Order: sequence, then C-alpha cells, then structure tokens
Amino acid sequence: MTTVKPAALKTTNSILYLDGVSVSFDGFKALNSLSFVVEPGELRAIIGPNGAGKTTMMDIITGKTRPDEGIVYFNGEVDLTQKDEADIAQLGIGRKFQKPTVFESHTVWDNIELALNRKRGVFATLFYKLTPEDKARIEEILETVRMTARKDDLAANLSHGQKQWLEIGMLLAQEPKLLLVDEPVAGMTDAETTETAVLLKEIAKTRSVVVVEHDMGFIRDLGVKVTCLAEGSVLAEGSIDFVSSDPKVIENYLGR
Amino acid sequence: MITQMLLRNHDKKVLWFALAILAAAVLVPLSNLLLPAGNPLHVPDHMVPLLGKYLSYALLALALDLVWGYCGILSLGHGAFFALGGYAMGMYLMRQIGPRGVYANPLLPDFMVFLNWQELPWYWYGFDQFWFAALMVLFVPGLLAFVFGWFAFRSRVTGVYLSIITQAMTYALLLAFFRNEMGFGGNNGLTDFKDILGFNIQAGGTRATLFAATAIMLALALLLSSAIVKSKYGKVLVGVRDAESRTRFLGYRVENMKLFIFTVSAMMAGVAGALYVPQVGIINPGEFAPANSIEVVIWTAVGGRGTLIGPIIGAVLVNFGKSIFTAAFPEFWLFALGALFVATTLFLPKGIVGTLQQFAKARDERKVAAAKEHAYQEQAAKSAGEDGLASAHTQAAE
Ligand SMILES: Nc1ncnc2c1ncn2[C@@H]1O[C@H](COP(=O)(O)OP(=O)(O)OP(=O)(O)O)[C@@H](O)[C@H]1O
Ligand SMILES: [Mg+2]
Repeated sequence: MTTVKPAALKTTNSILYLDGVSVSFDGFKALNSLSFVVEPGELRAIIGPNGAGKTTMMDIITGKTRPDEGIVYFNGEVDLTQKDEADIAQLGIGRKFQKPTVFESHTVWDNIELALNRKRGVFATLFYKLTPEDKARIEEILETVRMTARKDDLAANLSHGQKQWLEIGMLLAQEPKLLLVDEPVAGMTDAETTETAVLLKEIAKTRSVVVVEHDMGFIRDLGVKVTCLAEGSVLAEGSIDFVSSDPKVIENYLGR
Repeated sequence: MITQMLLRNHDKKVLWFALAILAAAVLVPLSNLLLPAGNPLHVPDHMVPLLGKYLSYALLALALDLVWGYCGILSLGHGAFFALGGYAMGMYLMRQIGPRGVYANPLLPDFMVFLNWQELPWYWYGFDQFWFAALMVLFVPGLLAFVFGWFAFRSRVTGVYLSIITQAMTYALLLAFFRNEMGFGGNNGLTDFKDILGFNIQAGGTRATLFAATAIMLALALLLSSAIVKSKYGKVLVGVRDAESRTRFLGYRVENMKLFIFTVSAMMAGVAGALYVPQVGIINPGEFAPANSIEVVIWTAVGGRGTLIGPIIGAVLVNFGKSIFTAAFPEFWLFALGALFVATTLFLPKGIVGTLQQFAKARDERKVAAAKEHAYQEQAAKSAGEDGLASAHTQAAE
C-alpha cells in the first residue's frame, strides 16, 4: 500500500509533524485542529490544564486513537494514522503512560528484558536465549535508571516513583527515536523529581523526547521549549519565561 | 528445537511432579495387573479407567490454565475442543467395529445404517487409520481455535465478551452435533466400541495401557507448558494478562501472542478428549454442554490458576469428590460445585497450589530477611565509626 502524502511534507525532516488534528468523543472536541512539530534531537515540554488534550495527543501519535481529521507524520515519511500500536512501537516511538504501567508480576529484570528491542514474534520469543550482549545491555539500563539493586524484585513491590523509573528504563530498552513521556514526576519526591529532570536531559541527547508535566519547577529544570495546550489546541509556544508571561496562559492555566 | 525446549531448565517442583505422574503411569497398571485382588495396594479394575478419566480432565484443565491463568483469556468453551478431540477418536473407534455391528455393515456404523444412509460421508474417510484420527485430534480443535481466535483477537474482543462468545461457540456445536443429519450419531453419539489398535478395548491390559498413555501425555504436556511459560514468550503472555496495552506499546502483536497459545491449548484439550473417550466408552453431544466448560474453570480455580500443578490437582480432586458425592446425592452435585466455586473465590482466591506457594514464599522471604539483618549487623559492627551510610542506604532500600 502506498500512501500519497502532501507534497509539502516531503521536504520536512521533523521527527514528528502534526497538522490540523481533530478528534471528538461523543461530540466533545478533545483535540481541535492541533498543529505541533518536534525536530530531531529536540526535548520538548508540554503543559496545559486538565483535559487540555495532552494525553489524547499521545494516544493519536501512538495509534491508540484515530484522529477524525488531520495529518500525523513520523520522520517526515510515515503516516502514523495508518498504523497500529505495535507497528508504531516498532517504528521507534516509545511511550510512558500517565499512570505508571509496568508488568507487576515480573521482576524488574524481566520487565527490561521484555522491553528490549529484539525480534518480537511468537517463535522468536519462544526460542529466545539471553545473550551476553543483551545481558550487558539490560545491566546498563538498570544502572542508568538506578535499579540495579532491585533487579530481582517484583515490579509490584516498587514504590510509585520507582515504577515511573522502571517504565522509563523499559522505554530506553526499546531504543526509540522518539519518546513520549506523560507526567513522569507525578507522585515523586523533590529529590526524585530533580534526578528525573537530569535523566531525561541525558536521554534526550540521543533522541527526541516530548514530556508532559504539570510540575512547573520540573519544567524550569528542563529549560527547553515549552508548548501550552488548552481546549485541544496550542495556546502558546516558546521559552518557559515567554510562555508563562503570556496573558492567555496565565488566564487558562497558571492563574487557576 | 522442540526437544531442546523440553529439556530447558524447568522449575524443580514441576519436574518432580512430572516424574510423579510418570511413576503413576507405571505403578497403577502394574498394581492392577500383577497384585492379587486382596492386596491393599491393588488398584481394582473399575478404578483404572476412572483414574484415567481424571487424568484426561487434568490435561484439559492444564490446557485451560495456559490461556486463562497465563494469558488472562477466560475461555468458557474449552469443553468444545475436548469434545472435538473425543469425536475424532470416537470416529476411529467406530470404524474399528467393522462388520461386528448390529447391522453387520462392514463400512457404515450402525447409526448410519439405521438412518438408511447408503454411503459413508466424505468426512468419515480416513478415520479407519489411527494415524489419521490422531492427526485430526490435533487438527480439528486447533483449526477451530485458530479461526475463532483469528477473528476474536484481531477485533480485540476481551473479557466477559470473549467468555460469552466461547460459550456460544460450544453451545452452537452442541446443537449441531445433536442433529442426526450431521452424521455423528446425533443424540446417542458414538459408542459400543470394540477395539483400539487391534486390542479389545474392555480388556484389563488395554485399560491399563490407556491409563499409562494418559499419564504420559499429561506429563509431557506439563513439561511442554512449563517450557512455554518459562520462555520469553511465556513472560510476554503474562504481560498481556497484566497490562495488555503496555505489551502493545512495546511493539508486541498481542493478537498473535494470544492466537498461538489459544491454538496450542485447544490442541491439548483435543488430546485430552481423545484419551477420555476410549476409557469411558462413549462420546455424545452432551460433552459440548456449556456447563462442562464452566466446570473446567472451577477445577482450575480450585487448584490454582497461573500455576501449572494447580489445575492438575484441582481437576483430580474435584472429580474425585464428584464421584463420591454423586453416588450419595446425585441431584445436589451442581449446588455443591457452585458452593465450592464461591468458597474458593472468597477464601482461596489463588487456589490450593497458589496459596501453598504464597506460604512457601513468605517463609523464604522471612529467611532472607533474617540473613540480611544478620549480615547488616555484622557489617555495622565492623564499620562502626566509619561512614557506613551508603551501605545502610542500600540495605534500607532492600
Ligand atoms: N477515550 C475517551 N473517551 C471519551 N472521552 C475522552 C477519551 N479520552 C479523553 N477523553 C476526554 O478528552 C479530554 C482530554 O483528555 P486528556 O486525557 O487528553 O487530557 P490531559 O490534557 O491529558 O489532562 P490531564 O492533565 O488531566 O492528564 C478530557 O475531557 C477527557 O475526558
Ligand atoms: Mg493526561
């Protein structure tokens, strides 16, 4: 199947390109002609009031929800609206859910092993053997997300903050080109929040990352371009100081 | 590759359990055939096919547990796969009767002669060969599961809806097999078998061998299941059970994962049915009854779903109880079964084996904690005065 795409898009080399995306649930417009672009290697923060459509936007990018209209391109060439979740994950888009979602009845190690970017078919997994190379990679990731000491513990026994980190570790194991992170520091202590900002900046050195957060301190720590969403479209975009001094942003979000 | 998988490092308990089943495969027939009737260790003749029946039910419960316990697919239609395997075996046994039927027709089973049929329907061809029937025992349930699963999993039918359509599937088959025109003996099903592979099906030696075959199949299925569950694929299945969307967003095709285990499980159920039929001597549409499939769920829940040994123990215990209970109060069995299910759900949600495992784990954890505490105190004594904060920190984290 060849998809015909608008000529203008062929020249874009954005990693993520959304234009005029709308979606409604039972008549309620969760996204309203949203346009949003992320460049390769960029770390982008998204803020916005509850119900602004931040999570819905991630649902659209990862194939969970289909847009009613609009275009969604990955790497300037792949039409994401034609793909399902597994395809999109294999293309290299990883996602952290708003509510931390790890495999609770597996150990921390197994969680990472399952996330590892290897062949994912029935028979490939049935006859999979842990190679020294994979083992080293898992150990490296555990080190990065500071979970080495807990590798044999069941994920169910982790604290909320640790589950968030494990999930980030799983995303790293997936080796995505683009990482979507929904509220990574919810439920974390201040120290954990600061460490998470460092970790995300580290991660963003080798890939593009989009972070949704309500924690303004955390957003400041990141120190990157910020997009404020409200009622399903972009309200303001720019540096944190620029966005947070915008009267519309203050009225819709910060002032509340 | 398969043998390599079967020899992979299994859980020790599973290995021991498989060995125990294999020991039963040898000891029960020996005791039945060699020990005199008065000996306390003698297994009486009527017990041998009864035990064989329990073990074929155990195999069915194990099959269900693979999809329900490990992948979260609550199939309420596994009785259908069991019955289809049973019919495939029944068709072979019917054709073995040959001219010894009441109507002495060398080709047509009695019920077809009775219906005035002139020739054998095409789908009965080949069933005079054991190898063909054995193939069909795997193929027919496997194909049904594959086609059913293909549509159900692709359209993401899950939870209660999936359970309901599996019930509908077995009910539809029940109605179909009741019809005489289907050519499977209608209401009466297939029975009056004479011999299997040339041996008299009623003979003590044959029955003992059938028991042994069932036990060996169960042990092999247990090892196969253990290999599947321990593989990375098995871990993905549990992932699908616990967090389906997470598995999808990691790039796994959940529908294929489900389809494979559902098909394997259906084939296993078919083998169970094929072993069941020669030992009870009949297969009829009643085996498709929706209630049968629900009973399998109860055995599995009682024994402990999501453990491999649990469903085997559950199936044997509940059916042993059923044999005793129905002899005394035949009308009340379904009430007793219902009460058992409710009690299990309330008091033993992890089933017998699951609960035992929990106890064992709690004990181990206490031991580990005590050992750590000990090590910590020693270390603390050693590093007194030094900066022991880092080690104390990791200790606390554990
Ligand atoms: N599957 C769905 N069905 C119906 N309504 C939905 C669905 N998904 C989202 N919505 C609605 O769309 C709106 C946008 O929701 P969304 O979760 O995207 O907001 P958000 O910006 O992530 O908010 P929060 O900061 O609270 O996470 C909400 O009003 C929500 O109720
Ligand atoms: Mg959200």
